[in-house]
Amino acid sequence: MSGSPSLTSESPTLMDETPAGREPAGLRPAPTPTLPRLLAGLESHEAMSLDDHLAIHGDIALHRGRGRAREGEHLIEEIEHSGLRGHGGGGFPVARKLRAVAGARGRPIVVVNAAEGEPASQKDRTLLQTLPHLVIDGGLLCANALGAREVIICVCESELSSQETVARAIDERRRMPGAGRLAELTLATAPSGYVAGQESALVNHLNGGPAKPTFTPPMPFQQGVRRRPTLVNNAETLAHVALIARHGAHWFRELGTEAQPGSALITISGALAHPGVYEIEYGAPLNSLIAAGGGLTSGARAVLLGGYAGAWLGAEYLDELILSEEHLGPHGATLGAGIVLLLSEAACPVAETARVARWLAEEGAGQCGPCVNGLDALALTVEAIAAGGVNAARCNQRISRLGGLVYGRGACAHPDGAVRFITSAARTFAAEFADHAEHGPCDACNRPSELPLPAGAGRGGSTRIPGARP
Amino acid sequence: MCAELLPERITLDEWGYPVIDPEPIPRSLLDHARRAAQACPTFALLLERDQD
Repeated sequence: MSGSPSLTSESPTLMDETPAGREPAGLRPAPTPTLPRLLAGLESHEAMSLDDHLAIHGDIALHRGRGRAREGEHLIEEIEHSGLRGHGGGGFPVARKLRAVAGARGRPIVVVNAAEGEPASQKDRTLLQTLPHLVIDGGLLCANALGAREVIICVCESELSSQETVARAIDERRRMPGAGRLAELTLATAPSGYVAGQESALVNHLNGGPAKPTFTPPMPFQQGVRRRPTLVNNAETLAHVALIARHGAHWFRELGTEAQPGSALITISGALAHPGVYEIEYGAPLNSLIAAGGGLTSGARAVLLGGYAGAWLGAEYLDELILSEEHLGPHGATLGAGIVLLLSEAACPVAETARVARWLAEEGAGQCGPCVNGLDALALTVEAIAAGGVNAARCNQRISRLGGLVYGRGACAHPDGAVRFITSAARTFAAEFADHAEHGPCDACNRPSELPLPAGAGRGGSTRIPGARP
Repeated sequence: MCAELLPERITLDEWGYPVIDPEPIPRSLLDHARRAAQACPTFALLLERDQD
């Protein structure tokens, strides 16, 4: 994580009056338009206390009653002007979602989605473990704007550290004066599956059902948890809300690009000296992130952008890639939930792709025929290529055809992501795929895997390809 | 089943799942489309009115 000097912040800009019972905030210098923003003031891997959080970022008053509606609309406008989009992978405009929930019937409820199912992503658990109060602020601010009385913070059931830091942070909040006037904070757990963090899957789970996506109406913003209009936002998204509420849209837009303003947390891993979670501004060159991470440890064969729902690009692109959707889109790639993975030259991309393709097939919810059948067929095809003795051209055609048949035909975006991952691998690693199709496994096939999967997934810690030389 | 009721717009993939032609349904096919959507045992088919 990038170490950083503390940023001081100016006193709350949106409130007409100081919160009852607190000292009026003195004038403080405006925050400088640089990084870090979310990660400001972080000095260790310990969770930042509420006191430290308030000292670094300043307080925000959350009013109930007379001022609330005006304040709520002001916040939504500010978020709209900031151009903030969701950081869970979907990139949906946050203000639009807030307005949709605000316009629905019934008292809304806010869900903080930190059910980080992408194995190569660490940003949400990092936020919960070190900056829980930023996330909580965002949740409370949205609850206030919507008139919601509950904020449910959802953490993977396997993430015990995150659960602990969130529980303690909730406790700190409860002991503050005036806590009773704010939305109630609760901690909930979600299954650790890949699709469990999808918005409707999470809502289904909170309603006591399976953690599986649905696409039939009503959508969560209309009727979600307990049939209430439900705002589901990624934990990092809400951390940005917490800062926009303090410093405004103009400040937010001082970093990033016109089309993609602001900063973002990126998990970068693989053949890098210091893998971890870094904060970048959108539009930064990939090279600057690699440099911040201490540089490559060995030659990089390729880069995976966006995690296992993302796309591969060959190492020849490393020097030119810019971290923004505007730039990556034409390359057929995306940042997804902010994930960059550098595959070393020593790895076998065919074995790695086969292993993850099989895992993706297993991680589907099992609801949609094209996904269940298609992802299995795709995994079988990549496994067959890895094992060798097949016609490369025919296999490539099969991958193309299956990709076209599967894309867009599921209840969620899971099959789409898997297709993108596999087809971009076949394209980027065309030579290695052809080589394996003809000659079978290579020396690198049984190396320990570089693409992370949850413990117990696949066939142990390395890829087992039938017929591989020991 | 739906592919039999509306072969003009629905074909089956190799696993027997419907691939829907996105072309709008003309009036002559509307009743057939409605029947196909209603016949789906999992309510997977929706007949949507195009807003343009």
